[in-house]
Amino acid sequence: MDRKQCCVKLSVQPSRGLMDEKFIILVQNVFPGFQLTLHALYKCDDGHSWEAFAHYTASAIGTVNVSEDPSLGGTYSGVEPMGLLWSLRPVPGSKPWLRMRKMNVQTPMVVTISVYPGHQTEGFLDQVSLAGVVVERWYMAPGVRRIPITEAGLTATLFLPPGPGPFPGLLDLWGGGGKLVEYRSALLASHGFASLALDYLTPKVTIETGKMVDNQYFERAYKVLEQHPQILSSRIAMIGLSFGTCITFKMAVYSQVAKLRCIVCISGSHVQPIDGSVEQIMSFFNKNAEKTRFNNENQVIWHDLLLPIPTDPSLKVDVGQLQCPLLLVVGEDDQNWPAHESAMDIKEMMERAGNSHLLTLLSYPNAGHLIEPPFTPFAKASAFRDISSRQMLVALWGGETAAHSRAQEDAWRKTLVFLRANLYAGANTDATSFSNL
Amino acid sequence: MMAKVIGLSTMSDTVAPMLSVFPSRALVDENFKVVVENLPPGSPVTLHSLHQCEDKHYWEAYGHYISNHRGTVSVTDDLSFGGTYTGKEAMGLLWSMRPVPGSREGLRLRKRNVCSPLLVNISVYRGHVVEGFREQAPLASSLTERWYMAPGGPCFYLQVHYLKNYFLVFFSFCPGPFPGLLDVWGGGGGLVEYRSALLGSHGYASLALEYFAPGELKSSDLEFNYFETAFNIVKDHPQVMPDKVGIFGLSLGASLTLLLAAESSIIKPSCCVFCYSVSNMNTVHKSFFLVISFKVGRINCPVMVVNSHDDQNMATVESSEDMAQMMRAAGNLHLLTRLYYPDAGHLIEPPYTPHFRATKFVKDTKEKVILLWGGQTKPHSDAQEDSWKKILAFLEQNL
Repeated sequence: MDRKQCCVKLSVQPSRGLMDEKFIILVQNVFPGFQLTLHALYKCDDGHSWEAFAHYTASAIGTVNVSEDPSLGGTYSGVEPMGLLWSLRPVPGSKPWLRMRKMNVQTPMVVTISVYPGHQTEGFLDQVSLAGVVVERWYMAPGVRRIPITEAGLTATLFLPPGPGPFPGLLDLWGGGGKLVEYRSALLASHGFASLALDYLTPKVTIETGKMVDNQYFERAYKVLEQHPQILSSRIAMIGLSFGTCITFKMAVYSQVAKLRCIVCISGSHVQPIDGSVEQIMSFFNKNAEKTRFNNENQVIWHDLLLPIPTDPSLKVDVGQLQCPLLLVVGEDDQNWPAHESAMDIKEMMERAGNSHLLTLLSYPNAGHLIEPPFTPFAKASAFRDISSRQMLVALWGGETAAHSRAQEDAWRKTLVFLRANLYAGANTDATSFSNL
Repeated sequence: MMAKVIGLSTMSDTVAPMLSVFPSRALVDENFKVVVENLPPGSPVTLHSLHQCEDKHYWEAYGHYISNHRGTVSVTDDLSFGGTYTGKEAMGLLWSMRPVPGSREGLRLRKRNVCSPLLVNISVYRGHVVEGFREQAPLASSLTERWYMAPGGPCFYLQVHYLKNYFLVFFSFCPGPFPGLLDVWGGGGGLVEYRSALLGSHGYASLALEYFAPGELKSSDLEFNYFETAFNIVKDHPQVMPDKVGIFGLSLGASLTLLLAAESSIIKPSCCVFCYSVSNMNTVHKSFFLVISFKVGRINCPVMVVNSHDDQNMATVESSEDMAQMMRAAGNLHLLTRLYYPDAGHLIEPPYTPHFRATKFVKDTKEKVILLWGGQTKPHSDAQEDSWKKILAFLEQNL
């Protein structure tokens, strides 16, 4: 047995971290110039296995530091401290079109990081590694409380940060896939925001009655935050992705009940029938169904459904009336929604109305539709069940792995800065411009 | 021009300061950073830690700070003006913890279940508070987890005839083989796993050995054979490198390990670490120590001895001098590394755990006494931090 090989030292710091925290992977005690492969293996809650790998050459002192040294090839290349996470992909032989989404946020994502000799590209699981470390990645910080909410006919989960509070509140909406998606709210609570993840497409009431929710459903959710003893009613914000941005824009501009301190809209649009309910907005989209395109691999491109951006004022939320700061995040390669085109129109409307000082636009080249919290596997396309037609399709989201992953990291960091500045800062924040972001 | 209404509405608009601990989940021997933001500038605050141990007793520590012009307090960078620790002490909120006022005498913080973390609540209070923390609401608080085991560490117990039970830690996802350690504890008896768990988290297959239940010291039959069997179990394990097995001993365990290393024909450790108690012991089983003549010249492996002054439990410093003499005479002095820590007291354990000057101890007659271990809190904690780093480096070099 090669003595030297037994002594390869692998460390990952921290070994238990939050999902959005960076780690430092260090390999030590190998020969200078030694070629090795770093490998990550993740078995998700559904039982699918994901892997990533990268090729490195040890330095003159026999070390590899993933935060400083370049990967020479693999599922990512270059200097990428978190590449082993965002470049994870299903192992060969897996079911196609998977997307990693952790639905149980009370347990960590457990990843095994290993070192193999040489520059390898496959067959990792059939070999014995030189060294291995298990790493835990958590959506919930210690002390964060998870509270299911079923009152007022809602299907939601409230995440409260540890401590007495009071905390600013957030209403968190996901997109057209429905379900109660908790992980972003769990992470936001870990950063000090009381966050309510709301299921508005497949809540209990819709499953049981077949009826979609009305606009009061969202106002009731807002009230849950407003009336909570540990939440500051004057500091409630809203964050929406994809279809969730439709609701966010509508609430921010037209709701008499919701007094939003700021809003974050990711990969969405202001285009919708402004008096419409969820159902009516969906029908509006479906009216343009013939604009659906397919690429060579038969993946669905829904990007054109809302195009061209209408000039009819009844078909888009009047963002010129917005009175709170807006953080708009778009991927320029979004194939699912015309987020970029909508952003251009929003900017123009706000400039004409004189409230563009409220707008901060983050636009990312080569990023796709699913701009989520960072360091999770990128999916350019995945299986998607269309809510109205109930059909299972493969939706093309767009984006290129490295660019999209960097966009996620940058957008998330700036989202936290934006939320902290608007929800945590001292008494005199009116509108704050974030052009330096 | 709109007049700004300040007053009641602004007061009710006040959001809590932000308290963060990074990393929020860490190993027991890792550092953390505690930061409070969003405080009014120049305001006096108290940082407080609270832990409820497995025996349900409460432990706490606190430090008095003043926020800077940006309304921030950083425990790593700022000075504590008073409390259970003073000065710039990044980890003071942990190592200066002591039982809350009104607790029983002689308590000691020891975690038995190493598969779950130590939960410590860190809070910030307005003003410089010295007591009554549980009766007031803090401005903010956060929870941090301190683990003895790294992720992926399975716990399993092997029942072996002869040995009552023992605990072997290693990480099965790892290919191995690992260097091994026999971890022998002190006169308190019973199975103490947490140091082994921590050593396991640093890559050693570590066996924590129980050799008598608390209070059974005199009546148990201590023989070489018992320890030799344990040593072989580690050495012969398929995932342990047989030529890289060391011994780690604390207190009574240190005396035993020294004797084993010197006298046993079977136990040939690659290196030894003794956290001192190399001395004339009067509470130890006679038959075992009838042959105490420190033929330490026979020790053939690198040895590290950690001892201190102000050691009220045993006359350790004197005996370690004897040891050095004997090794010099045998020509083995180059194998000896000694670490001295003045004012550190007897119990030197992994860092960032509370210091005990005196704790409850069950003697062989089942009599409960309070044993004075000695040492001052700050030097003892510094000694724990420094010695642990040096011990880990020593083990890495020799195993």
